Order: sequence, then C-alpha cells, then structure tokens
Amino acid sequence: MRKKFRLSEFLAEKIIKSVAFISFVVIILIFVFVFREAAPIFFAKEKAAEQTETIQYETYGEEISGLEAESQNNSKQKTSTTDESTIKNLMGKDWQPVGDEPKYGLLPLFVGSLKVTLISVLFGSPVAILAAIFTSLFMPIKIKEFIKPIIELLASFPSVVIGFFALMTLATFFQNVFGYTYRLNAFVGGLAMSLAVIPIVYTITEDALSAVPNYFSEASLALGATKWQTAFFVILPAAFPGIFAALLLGFGRAFGETMILLMATGNAPITSFNIFEPVRTLSATIGAEMAEVVFGETHYSVLFFIGSLLFIITFIINAIAEFYVRAKLMKRFRGE
Amino acid sequence: MNESAKISVKDFNLFYGKKKALNNINIDIFEKRVTALIGPSGCGKSTFLRSLNRMNDLIKDVTISGEVLIDNLPIYSKDIDVVELRKKVGMIFQKSNPFPKSIYENVAYGPKINGIKNKNELDEIVEQSLIRAALWEEVKDDMNKNGLALSGGQQQRLCIARALAVNPEILLMDEPASALDPISTTKVEDLIFELKKNYTIVIVTHNMQQAARVSDTTAFFYMGELIEYSDTKKMFTSPDKKQTEDYIRGRFG
Repeated sequence: MRKKFRLSEFLAEKIIKSVAFISFVVIILIFVFVFREAAPIFFAKEKAAEQTETIQYETYGEEISGLEAESQNNSKQKTSTTDESTIKNLMGKDWQPVGDEPKYGLLPLFVGSLKVTLISVLFGSPVAILAAIFTSLFMPIKIKEFIKPIIELLASFPSVVIGFFALMTLATFFQNVFGYTYRLNAFVGGLAMSLAVIPIVYTITEDALSAVPNYFSEASLALGATKWQTAFFVILPAAFPGIFAALLLGFGRAFGETMILLMATGNAPITSFNIFEPVRTLSATIGAEMAEVVFGETHYSVLFFIGSLLFIITFIINAIAEFYVRAKLMKRFRGE
Repeated sequence: MNESAKISVKDFNLFYGKKKALNNINIDIFEKRVTALIGPSGCGKSTFLRSLNRMNDLIKDVTISGEVLIDNLPIYSKDIDVVELRKKVGMIFQKSNPFPKSIYENVAYGPKINGIKNKNELDEIVEQSLIRAALWEEVKDDMNKNGLALSGGQQQRLCIARALAVNPEILLMDEPASALDPISTTKVEDLIFELKKNYTIVIVTHNMQQAARVSDTTAFFYMGELIEYSDTKKMFTSPDKKQTEDYIRGRFG
C-alpha cells in the first residue's frame, strides 16, 4: 500500500496548473497595461515635462528645421493645456481630440454607447426571451437539441460580418422604411447589435428556464393549470434572476462591442436623444482613433482611459450577473 | 363491496415505448375511501396512480389501451379536457414541491388560475384550505414566508392545502410521507384520515404499516399486474395469494 508515483498524472496536473496560471497572469498584465497607459492624464505634469525632453521626432533626410521646431512648439502647447484641467476637459460636452485646442469630452461617447446599448437590448431581449421560452417549454426535445446549438452558433458570428450586413443592407432598408435623414445612426447600429445580443440572452435565459426543477411545473399542471399558465406564473418567476443575468450579460456584450458599431452607427460624437441621429460609442472611438494617435500623447492616454472605463463597466456588469444573480437564483430554489 | 365506484378501471394497459408497464388492470376505487397501492419498486403502482389524472401524458412515448372511468366519464376519451380533469383529480407528490413563492401565493395559485380575483374570496379559500390541511395554526402569522422555508412535513401539508384549494374530488398521493420524519408522518396520516370524510383518496406507499393504518382497501401490484385487491384488514391478515403474503411478510421487495 505504499504511495505510488504516477508520472502521467503528475505531469498532467502540473501542465494544467501552469496553463491556467499563465492565462491568469496574462489577463492581469493586460489590465495593468491598459491602466498604466491611461494613468498619465491624471499625472500630466511630470509626464509632460518628460515628454518634451525625450520625444525625438523622426526625420527623413533633410527636413526643414523650421517646421520641426514649430511642431515641437505645438506639442508643448498641447500638453500644457491639458495640464491645467484634464478632468474638467473629460467632463466636457465635445469630443474633438484633434485640433489646436483638443477637447476630450466623454459625454457624447457615453450617451452614444448607452443609446445604442439600450436600443439593442430593448429590441433583442424580447425576441431572445420569447424564443427561449418556446424552446425550453414547448418545443419537442429532439428539435430543441438541434435548434439551441444553432442559435448559440450565432454568438460566434464574426461581428465584422454583422457590421457589414448592417452597413450595406439594414441601413438602406430602414432608411426606405422610416425615411430619416442619416443613413447610419443609433437605431441601425442598435438593431445590428441586437443580432449579436440575441444569442447571448437567448442561451442564458434558456439555461435558466431549463434549470427550474421539473417538479414545479408538474405541481402546477396537476393543479389544472395550462402549459402557458405554468410557463408564465411558475417557471418564468422562478427563473427570473437568471433572466435578469442574461439581460445584464447582453447589456455588457453590447456595451463592449466595437466593430458592428464602428461600421453601422455613423460615428458622429453628438449628444442627443434622437435615436435616428448618428452616434459614436466609447468602444468605436478607440477602434477608430487608436491607429492615428501619437504614442504617449494626451489623446493616446485618453483613449486608454476610455478602454479602462469600458473594462471597469463591463467587469462590474458581468460580475453582478455571474455572482450575485446566480447565487440568488439558487437560493430561490432552496427557499432562503 | 357494493358501494358506488368513483374510479373504475377496465382492461387498462400502459406502455413506455415498447415496454409494457401495466398489464390488464381492472379495479374499482370507492368514493370517500382510502385506497392504498402497495408493491415492490418498479411494479407500476406510481405509473398507475399517474394514469388517473393523466400525468403520464407529459412523458414521451407513453401509449395506453383500455378505459379509466371517473364518475362514469372515460377520461382518456378525445373530448375530455385534461385541465378540467386535473382540477377534479388533485395530486400530491413524493417530494414536497411548493412553488418558490409565499405560503399564501402557493395556496392561492390554483384558485387564481381558475379566474378568482376577489381578494376576500381568495383569503377565505386560502384559510379554509390551510385549516383542512391542518397547517393553518402553524403558519397563520407568516403567510408571506416563502413556502420552501417551511420544514419538510409542513411543506407536504402546504402541498396538500394547495391541492385542496382547487376543490378536487379525488386526491392522488404518491408516497406523500416517504421523505418525512416519524412525527411529520403521523401528522400527514392523521390528515389523510380526516380528509377521507370528504375526498376519495388513492395513496401509493412503500410502508406496509402505513398502508395498514390509513387505508380501507389495498391493492397489491407486482410486475405491472394487479395481483390482489381487497379490504385492508383481510389483505393484511389472510391474503388470498401467496405472492401477496410473501410481500407483506417482507420476504421480497
């Protein structure tokens, strides 16, 4: 009965542990990187001083020295304006990051993100929830086993394809139907986004409904309730926390999405509550501008700051959905 | 046994897919009596019980033949509304299954889906049902408590109250006390004794003593067949068939 050394088991365990550890570390490092790049906007003074000394502009052959001096002057001016009131600037109402006096107001981006996200959740979730109710409670099991994976596959649909579809087809179609001025706007973007939200809300709602123990519906049916009464008065309320979690995750998905919104919303940072006007979302801003900013500049840091915001918001939403709501769901079945 | 039969089963067969689960059952169940169904696991007694309010309809691949008459109506006939049938034939399950709602909502659920909206009327039904289920005194002060927060025995009586609230005539009980402690079991048994004044009760049980204590007539099932059906007293003292005697004496099962 002496303890045996099993090599394959030992190796498998160590390998799995190290892979898990590496992915954990990589995620942490990504967070650290994003936050570190965003930090300079809050500690602008020291950074600005450093910048003017260290940044050497690239020159190609014989550049005119006057121009170089001018641009260096410019950058000094820029950084000094952000020194004074970066935070105030971020609270502003305009997003005009390029110009003599760059404005980094996040308000229009926030409004844009919220608008599109709400539209997508409002359009997508009723469809998704009703579809989930139907598959979970009314569809024969054989068909369900076939349909559910197909809808789940939609979740892995490349978002650039959905974006392209929205850009080329949906936008024109809805403009013809509603006759609004701007072809690309929050409404079209939100509808396209709902195509990506539906599979997520659907699959989690379906899981929540299927997790409701069978004996609840048996009890209801034995009392002479119809299938619909059982679905709406017993199973739906019992699964409510799970459905709420599904909505939150759908919200998080829409909030963080870049490509669909970059392609279908028109990308104008306007603060308005008209859903037929173009919008610019937080994520699309990063997608559109990151390739063009000067490394280390305030604009660059602001984009990373937006990235951190997105990360924090989606992290909070997902954390609520995962931990709080699921725990509540399980408690409900135990009657605590 | 020359009383009126509440439930009358004639040449009843039931199949799960191709497997025959009930073979040629003929039985008359009498009004305002407690009929116990006993037999070893897998003998078909629960299946038979669930045939009486067509809960087997929910299971895939179930086919039946023969007739079940309740008040002389064939319940498997095409023009019978299953929903109405189940209001008349209530069911208590082995595992107590109150809804994850308040005690009040649990009992009021049945009347509500039947369209009763008047608050006073609902209050009255809830109170009466809980009184008849011998639970009122224990819960009258916290009607908003979650039904699942009650003890096992209280939960089972809550389920009985919930079934009574739709005013059934027949109560089917599938091992209602098998998951309960002895004190709760006694309470449920006393309750069954009370209820038989107004309801026809069919109870499945694994517990011989329980069958002997609560029932008036007993049916012994074995391998999907009804072996013997007679007065409980006779069944437990001088059964006709050897199989019955062996089972009751604990030689198998």
